[in-house]
Amino acid sequence: MSATAEAPALIGTSGDSLREAFGKALSGLADEFPKLVVLDADIAGGTGVHHFRKSHPARFLQFGIAEQNMMAAAGGLAAVGLLPVVTTFAVFCLRAIEQARLSLAYAKRNAKIVASHPGLDVGPDGGSAQSLEDLAAFRAIPGMTVISPADPVEMALATRAILEFEGPVYMRTGRSPAMRVFGDHHTFEIGKGKIVRDGSDVTIVACGVEVSRALEAAKLLEQDGVSARVVNMATIKPIDSELLARCAEETGAIVTAEDHNIHGGLGGAVAESLAATRPCPIEFIGVKDVFGASGEPEELATLYGLTAPHIAKAAKRAIARKG
Amino acid sequence: MPAQSQKTLLKHDVPSARELAAEIAEAARFTRKHAIASIYHAGSGHPGGAMSSADIMACLFGAELNFWSDAINDPDRDRFVLSKGHGAPALYAIAAHHGFCDARAALNLRKLGSPFQGHPHVLDLPWVETSTGSLGQGFSVALGMAMGLKLQKNSARVYALLGDGELQEGEVWEAAMCAAHHKLDNLCAVIDYNKLQSDDRNDAIMRLEPLAAKWRAFDWAVAEINGHDIDEILSAFRRAGASHGRPSVIIAHTIKGKGVPYMENIPHWHGSVKLTHAQAEEALTALGAGRNEIKELLDVGDR
Repeated sequence: MSATAEAPALIGTSGDSLREAFGKALSGLADEFPKLVVLDADIAGGTGVHHFRKSHPARFLQFGIAEQNMMAAAGGLAAVGLLPVVTTFAVFCLRAIEQARLSLAYAKRNAKIVASHPGLDVGPDGGSAQSLEDLAAFRAIPGMTVISPADPVEMALATRAILEFEGPVYMRTGRSPAMRVFGDHHTFEIGKGKIVRDGSDVTIVACGVEVSRALEAAKLLEQDGVSARVVNMATIKPIDSELLARCAEETGAIVTAEDHNIHGGLGGAVAESLAATRPCPIEFIGVKDVFGASGEPEELATLYGLTAPHIAKAAKRAIARKG
Repeated sequence: MPAQSQKTLLKHDVPSARELAAEIAEAARFTRKHAIASIYHAGSGHPGGAMSSADIMACLFGAELNFWSDAINDPDRDRFVLSKGHGAPALYAIAAHHGFCDARAALNLRKLGSPFQGHPHVLDLPWVETSTGSLGQGFSVALGMAMGLKLQKNSARVYALLGDGELQEGEVWEAAMCAAHHKLDNLCAVIDYNKLQSDDRNDAIMRLEPLAAKWRAFDWAVAEINGHDIDEILSAFRRAGASHGRPSVIIAHTIKGKGVPYMENIPHWHGSVKLTHAQAEEALTALGAGRNEIKELLDVGDR
């Protein structure tokens, strides 16, 4: 908690994006995981796995621009004892989601799907390339673990965690330069949320790029005399229901924040969980059921209401709704 | 490895080629009869494609696959993927014939609580290599297996049985391009080319021809055979096994509903259909079942 007292820092440019952190981590873990193979559909430079291609060319499998075949083939690679990591853009994971459903999840394969370019983070490529539905869609697949780390430090830890974990996983990385949220002693455990800043009036539950914005929002709220707790909910499924119930109990109001449609993603998972444990007012920060436009990620975040001031306003709305 | 020695024994020592062909023909008859009975008991299922693929399946399990019921987890086993997952009744029947499962239990096709789902599921039946039922996917999974085996320097082969209608899925051609690019000569696809699909003839729904030319253009080694002639099937598998640097496809010309005259070449029997007792009885009679066998297959109370 104290490690995050300072403001999040933007570190570097593309060299420190979540995708780069993932690609470097994967390359570094290859010797420790000899069964690891990496599948690519002609966008290794975009997903960060160009590092792995360079370090372990024999275990880098090129599928061309054919994501459906790549996704199902991962099931075959896992079936013969390898540890496949499928990499592509989040929006193309949606293209191959039925393959992920039948040939990976239904068959309970130990295969990982790692998606870069999620949400509005895609930016200028525009609405066609922005995946605002992936968390909802993959969360609906039985047995699929869904993860969205917040910063490069956590991405490296999560990369190791998914390789150690047995079962199908969908994990988001990110394209843009990333905010550094965590210190070097950060830890990551699948299925566990973490309080990264404590507070008593409201809890902001965020994942991915929204965690640093949530921390900024908490600072804004502090100036207004509001004490906001921030939870990094890097695992969207299975959601940490215990922590959510405790936060609802202790702060009485929740805001969820995600770079995703407000329907079915982190917000949906949090609402489902709290409905069954400790119902309380919830406000949802996310893209409000529309497709995106071209623009830089920060411009889009402002346009679609994902920035720190938006989160702070939502927190005040949630607090006002307390009974 | 027991699997290897058994394969050698079966393929090269005994029985003679003639005895082997007779065994396979008997296994194919069993497969057809059992599939009809299970579809009758289920009240639904796809009989046409089970009949058309029975001889191919009998050759695979009877001679070609290095895959035995006492070695289902042997890493060196050959893999078989039923990419046309709706052919499940034939798979369950041939598997029962070779001791992978109990034949009477397999009559519980599609029943609640039975592991014999309408489409094969690897978590229900451990000798099923992967779950199929969404056309095109099994072929890609087979490709992944072939690629993974090669990476691990394992000489096992991978076989995938595809339906003809299945070839309309774009994923099949993604996989076809990929397998040739990666020179997966340990992968063999068999097309159950019965010319009919769910609603009508392939020609009327979405033309497949020139089919052999398509596969040749994708740089596959292509064989075109009569899919009901056991010698032709076995010989095509031998040639496929000798292919170097290219994956093999066997285009097996078949007759949908083969062996059951009232079903042959009628799209309706693609299924999923409900067979009446009279229809099941007529089919079993045509397949050579005697009165007692029919009674045993259709009228068993306690399965």
